[in-house]
Amino acid sequence: MSEVTLPLVAVSVRERPAFVTFTLRLIREKPLGAFGGAIFVLFLFFGLFADFLIPYGVNETDLRVRLEAPSADHLFGTDHLGRDVLSRVLIGAQLSMTIGFVAAGVATIISIVLGVLSGYFGGKVDMLIQRFVDAWMCFPDLLFLMVVISIIGAGVPQIVMALSLIYGIAGSRIVRGSVISVRENMHTHAARCMGAKTMHILVRHILPNIMPVVIVLFTTRVGAAILTEAGLSFLGLGVPPPTPTWGGMLSGTGRTYMYMGPWLALAPGLCLTIVVYAINVYGDALRDLLDPRMRGSR
Amino acid sequence: MQAYITRRLLALLPTLILVSLIVFFCQRLIPGDVIDLMLSQNDLATDLDRAVIEAALGFDQPMYIQYFSWIGDVVQGDLGDSLWQNTPVTQQLAETMPITFELGFLALIVALTVAIPIGIYSAVRQDTAGDYVARSFSLLMLAIPGFWLGTLVMVFPSVWWRWSPELEYVPFFEDPLQNLSLMIVPAILLGLSMSAVTMRMTRTMMLEVMRQDYVRTARAKGLSEVAVILRHALRNGLIPVVTLIGLQVPLLIGGAVIMERIFVVPGMGLLLLEAISQRDYPVVSGVFVVVGFGVLLINLAVDLSYGWLDPKVRHQ
Repeated sequence: MSEVTLPLVAVSVRERPAFVTFTLRLIREKPLGAFGGAIFVLFLFFGLFADFLIPYGVNETDLRVRLEAPSADHLFGTDHLGRDVLSRVLIGAQLSMTIGFVAAGVATIISIVLGVLSGYFGGKVDMLIQRFVDAWMCFPDLLFLMVVISIIGAGVPQIVMALSLIYGIAGSRIVRGSVISVRENMHTHAARCMGAKTMHILVRHILPNIMPVVIVLFTTRVGAAILTEAGLSFLGLGVPPPTPTWGGMLSGTGRTYMYMGPWLALAPGLCLTIVVYAINVYGDALRDLLDPRMRGSR
Repeated sequence: MQAYITRRLLALLPTLILVSLIVFFCQRLIPGDVIDLMLSQNDLATDLDRAVIEAALGFDQPMYIQYFSWIGDVVQGDLGDSLWQNTPVTQQLAETMPITFELGFLALIVALTVAIPIGIYSAVRQDTAGDYVARSFSLLMLAIPGFWLGTLVMVFPSVWWRWSPELEYVPFFEDPLQNLSLMIVPAILLGLSMSAVTMRMTRTMMLEVMRQDYVRTARAKGLSEVAVILRHALRNGLIPVVTLIGLQVPLLIGGAVIMERIFVVPGMGLLLLEAISQRDYPVVSGVFVVVGFGVLLINLAVDLSYGWLDPKVRHQ
C-alpha cells in the first residue's frame, strides 16, 4: 500500500492566544472531553469557594434533624448527627481537589526530573533508575500508601507527599519514553552540534517537546490521586474525622446508618465518580489532540 | 526459547534485590513505634525492658546486618513471627493467601469474560451506537470507586428487598457452593472495575490489527467474518492484552483489600489492615514480600508467555 504523505505546513497566523485556540478546538473536535473539562473546572470552583458555599457548618450537629431525607432545607439530607451532607460533601471536594492537584503536580515534577535524568543521560543512570522503578511498580498504590501513612501519620501533607512519591516514580517511565524519542530529534542534535550547554538543551529543546505527554500525565494523575486518597480514607487510614472526606463519609460509623438513610451512601460516591469520570474524558480528549501516539494507552 | 528464559530470569535479579530493599526500609523506618506500643501495654516497663525488646527484635544491630539477616531468613522461607500473636508470619500468610488468590482469580475471569467480547464487538462495530455505549460503560467503570460500588450493593438491596450478600466466610473445601456464593459478589465488582482497562485495550488492539494486510488477505480468500475475526485478528490482537493483565495485578490486589474489607473476606487484605492498625511490622512486610515477589513472578510469566505467543519476541 503506497500512500503519498503530504508535507505538513504549519501556518499560524492566528492572533488569539494559544490557550484559547486550543480550547476552541477541544470544544469543536471533542465535545465530550470539553464537557468533562467544564465539570472538572466546576468542581475546582466548588473546592476553592467551599468555605463560602456551604449552607451549614461542616461539623454543626443538630439532633432535631438527624437522618433526614433530602429536602429543600438539606439538599443532600442529613447524617446521624444531624450534620448537613451537602456542606460536608463541599468541604470534601475542597480536600479531594487539593490533594489531587498538589499530589499530581508534585508527582509530575518528580516524573520529569527522574524521566529526564533517565531518558536523556541514559547509560548506568538509566539502568539504575529503571530497575528501581520496576521494583517500585510491583507494589499496589493503595497498599504502599497504607503502609507509608501508618508510619508517617495521617494528615493532608503526609498523604500528598506519599501520593506524589508513588505516582511520581511510576510516571517517570512515561516521561522517559518521550524524552528518548525527543533526544533523537534533528533539532536536539543540531543544538548539541552548535555547542549548546546540556541545561540549555534540556530546557529549550527537550522540555517543550515533552509537554504534551506531561500535561496528559498530570491530568490522569489528578483523577488517580483523588481515587486513591478516597480509598485510603474509606479504609479508615486517611485524614482522620471529623474532617469530612469523600472516602471517609462512606466508611466508619456513618456506614451503620446508611441502612436507615440510604442517601448517605449516595452523595460522596456520586461526586467521586463524576469528578474522576470528568477528568478521565478530559484527559482522553487532551491526549488525542496533543499526542496521538499515546491513544488507547493508559 | 531457553536463552530468552535465561535472559529474563537474569534481568529479574536486580529488581528482586530492590524489591527486598524497599520492603525492608518500609518496615524499619520507625521501628521505635512498635516497641513504644508494646511497652505502653505493660505498666512496669522501664528503659531496661526497651533494650531487651530491641535486642530480641534485632533492632540494636547496624542496619546492613539487620537487612542481611532478614533477607537470609526470607530466602529460607522464614518471615519472622507476628509481634502480637506469636505465630509465624508464613502460617498467617498460608491461611489468608489462598483466599485472596481465589478472589483475584474469580475477578480476573469476570473481567476477561466481560472485557474481551465487548472489546471485540466495540472494535468490529466501530463508531456505532453499540460502540459508544460500550466505551462509555468502560469509562464509567474506570471512574466508579470499588468501595462505593461495594457499599451500594450492601445498602440498597438491603433497604429495598431486605436482601444482603452473605458475610459468613466458609472455606472452599468445606462447602464449595456456599463459598462461591459468598465470593461471587466481590469478585464481580472487582472484575467489573478491572474489565474497563482491558476492554479499552482489546478494542484499540483489534482496531489496529483489523487494518493489517493479512486480515484483508483472509477476507479476500473468502473466509467468513467470524473466522477472520477469531482466527486471524483476535490471536494477534490479544498479545498486548496479555501484558496488560500482568500490569493490572497490583491494581487487582489493591482492589481486593477494599473488597475484603467490605465483604469481610478473611484474606491477605484484612490481615494487612489488621497488622497496620497494630503496627505488626513483620506481618506487614511479610504481606509486602509476598505481593512484591508475586507481582514480579506474574510479570515474568506474562513475559514468557509473550515469547511463546509471539515468535518475533523470542528472536530479538
